[in-house]
Amino acid sequence: MTLFGYLFVWFTLLLALCLQVMPLPDAWLVWRPDWLGILLAYWCVATPQRVGVIHGFVLGLALDLIEGAPLGQNALTLSLLAYLFLLLYQRFRVYSIWQQAVLVFVLLGIAQLLEQWLRTIFGPVSVSLEFLIPALIGAALWPWLFTMMQVVRRRLGIG
Amino acid sequence: MRPIKPLFSYGPVPTYRMLLCAVLAFGLMFAEHRFSAVETARSHLTSVVAPIQWLVSLPSEGMRWGAMAISDQQSLIDENQRLREQLLTLSNRVQRMASLTAENVHLRELLNAPNPDDVPYITAELLSLDSDPFTQQIVINRGRRDGAYIGQPVMDASGLIGQVVSVSAYTSRVLMVADANHAVPVEINRNGLRFIAQGTGQLDILDVPSVPATADIREGDLLVTSGLGGRFPRGYPVARISDVQRESSQAFMEVTAEPIAQPERSRYFLLLFPPDPPSTDGLDGAEQMARRVVWPGDPANPDVGRISEAGLTAALKIQDVGESP
Repeated sequence: MTLFGYLFVWFTLLLALCLQVMPLPDAWLVWRPDWLGILLAYWCVATPQRVGVIHGFVLGLALDLIEGAPLGQNALTLSLLAYLFLLLYQRFRVYSIWQQAVLVFVLLGIAQLLEQWLRTIFGPVSVSLEFLIPALIGAALWPWLFTMMQVVRRRLGIG
Repeated sequence: MRPIKPLFSYGPVPTYRMLLCAVLAFGLMFAEHRFSAVETARSHLTSVVAPIQWLVSLPSEGMRWGAMAISDQQSLIDENQRLREQLLTLSNRVQRMASLTAENVHLRELLNAPNPDDVPYITAELLSLDSDPFTQQIVINRGRRDGAYIGQPVMDASGLIGQVVSVSAYTSRVLMVADANHAVPVEINRNGLRFIAQGTGQLDILDVPSVPATADIREGDLLVTSGLGGRFPRGYPVARISDVQRESSQAFMEVTAEPIAQPERSRYFLLLFPPDPPSTDGLDGAEQMARRVVWPGDPANPDVGRISEAGLTAALKIQDVGESP
């Protein structure tokens, strides 16, 4: 991968981070797709040799700092997500795009579940199944995101 | 012979990296709980991500500016009119307030009670709302450079917003009263009964636990800060009782309240600098104990907290005289 490729990967990941922390009305917050999660998942599947656990950790740490979460909470979640995708990427690539979306939902859901557990460790929170909504919407967006990113990546010759 | 190229190119199995990251993350979480040095490091690191915070606040700023630029003259005139009326009402209230304050000072002098000081403040502006649906926090544009400190009370125009929980050089993060991690000691403005108002995680609901079934509490009662606990100064409005569930078989009532502050609509906040609570360090055992016992009080004993500083000192003097032969 060229320097341009690396820059492009980081650019898209930072863009996802911005979307993830973009201010929204309070009622809409649970409907925000897990942007950072799906972008990280995409790069882990597309270039598993170059994007991985460490990327997840660094981005998660930035997310913790911006959100004021306990330091390491999102870092752990996102590095776990990257790890799961790295373990499964070969199987993942032979799936049809809708099977991929289902798997994305399951893995994002696992990551969100871990995040909820960490939250309950650090203080009282109202626990409800709402935390699965970002994973669900993220999975619903996956076919479009995946197709678009594949086209862009091939066009730019990153791989 | 050339080595056979494997059919699938296996990348490095990232288990070791995952373990490393997990250990690092747990280490960070643990360290943040235990060591205050991490908090300092965190406030420096927060400055690194400040550009992202600034960047994501641009669209809403732009929308606000755009709305202002295209708003027509009529709406501006209307707004001006409304603000003028508000100003008139407020200045009228301030005039009455002045005479009331003078009267209050006079009455307190008659009672030999100390006068509460005015609480100094600085204003702050909203930088960003929390992007996490499970916590209620905001970021404001005052930081360590402006004197903000952890635990500082934050108000908006109508009531208590919350308290500062972390401070970086130019920004600080405010935990709102509605967050599930927040609790504030309050009293009913009408009769001085004291309770704790606890956040629930929903912006418009506070929980008031442990209200005895016999307590005099009604819908619409105003809850103000009681000043106990020494963090919030006394007498600032917090919430209004919205619902009282009385069941004759239960020893406690279920009471919920609605916060008065409007964090969704306010852009400007006040950071208060309450005076330090009277120190108990230099006092001898009996008095220290007396203050500890008397000041916190309990809801069953509402008059205890009303003993003034001067009254307490006088009582201790009498006790001292009585003990010494």
